[in-house]
Amino acid sequence: MSASTYTLLAAVFAASAVEMVEALTIVVAAGVTRGWRSAIEGAAAAVAVLVVIVGAVGVPIVRYVPLSALRVVVGTLLLVMGEGWLRKAVLRGSGHKAAHDEDVIFAETVSGLGGGATAPARRDGVAFAVAFKGVFLEGIEVAIIVISLGGSQHRLGLAAAAAGAALVVVTIVGLLVARQLSEVPENVIKGGVGIMLTSLGLFWMGEGVGIRWPGGDLAIPVLVGVFLLVTLGAVAFMKTVVPVTASLSTGEG
Amino acid sequence: MAAIARWLRAFGHFWFDFLFGDSPVLFPATLVVVAVAFGLRHHRLAAVISVPLLVIALIVGTAYLGRTKSAQPGTGEADETS
Repeated sequence: MSASTYTLLAAVFAASAVEMVEALTIVVAAGVTRGWRSAIEGAAAAVAVLVVIVGAVGVPIVRYVPLSALRVVVGTLLLVMGEGWLRKAVLRGSGHKAAHDEDVIFAETVSGLGGGATAPARRDGVAFAVAFKGVFLEGIEVAIIVISLGGSQHRLGLAAAAAGAALVVVTIVGLLVARQLSEVPENVIKGGVGIMLTSLGLFWMGEGVGIRWPGGDLAIPVLVGVFLLVTLGAVAFMKTVVPVTASLSTGEG
Repeated sequence: MAAIARWLRAFGHFWFDFLFGDSPVLFPATLVVVAVAFGLRHHRLAAVISVPLLVIALIVGTAYLGRTKSAQPGTGEADETS
C-alpha cells in the first residue's frame, strides 16, 4: 500500500472514530439513564434507516441531503433536552429538588445492562429518540466521510473497511465505559448527560445555521468544560444566595 | 381509524411532553436562541460568545424559576421523570 493509502486509512479511521464516539456517548448516556433496551432499539433503528437510505439512494442522497438543516433540527432538540436535564441537575445539586432513590435506579440500570433478572418491560420514548437522533446524525456524517475521502481516491471499499474497524473499536471501548458509568450515581450521570447534550446540541445547531466554531470539532470539549463550570457555579449560587427555605418531600420521580 | 387516532394522540403527547413537559419556558426560549444564532451567523465573534451566553442564562434562569416552586412544600415538581 502506498503512503497515500495509509493516510486515507488513518484519516477515515480517526474521523469515523470521533463521529462514532459522539454517537456512542449519546447512546450510552441514554441507555444508562433511561434504559438500554430503548437506547439500543433507537440506535439499531437509526442504523437500519441509514442502511435503507444509503442502499436505496446511495451517493446522491449523501451528497445532496441538507445536513445543515438536519443539524439545526437535531441540535435544537438536543439543546432543549440538555437544558432541561441541566436545570434539574442544578435544582437537585442545590437541594431545591429531591433526588432519586439511587438504590432503585442502580438496580434498574443493572437490569437494563443485563445483570438483573429481567429487563425493563416499558419502552422509553426519550431514550429511543435520543439514541436514534444521535446515531442517525453521526451515521450520515460517517457516510459522508467515507464517500468523500474514499471516493476521492477510488478506494471506497477500503475506506468503508476502515470505518467498520472504527465502529468495532469504539463499540468495545463503549462497553467498558458503560460498565464504569453504571457505577456513577444517577444524579451525577444526568448532570453529565445534560452537559454533553447541551454542548453537542449547541455545537450542531450553531454549525447548522452557519456559525464557524473556533477550532472546529475541538470546540465541543471546550463547550463541555464551560457548561461543567456553569453547572457547578449555578449549584453554588443556588445553595448560597437562594438557600432552601423548606424541607422537600423525598421519593419524587 | 381509532388505532390511528390513538397513535396520533400518543405521538402528539410524546412531543408535547418532550418539548414542554420539563419547563414551558425552555422550548420557546431555545427557539429564540436559534433565531439569534441565525441572525449572528455572519458575525462569528459575536455569535460564538453571545449564543452560549444565552444558553447559560436560560439554564440558570429556569433553574431559579424552578427554585421558587420547589422550595415550597407540596409544590415540588413530582411528575418530572428525567
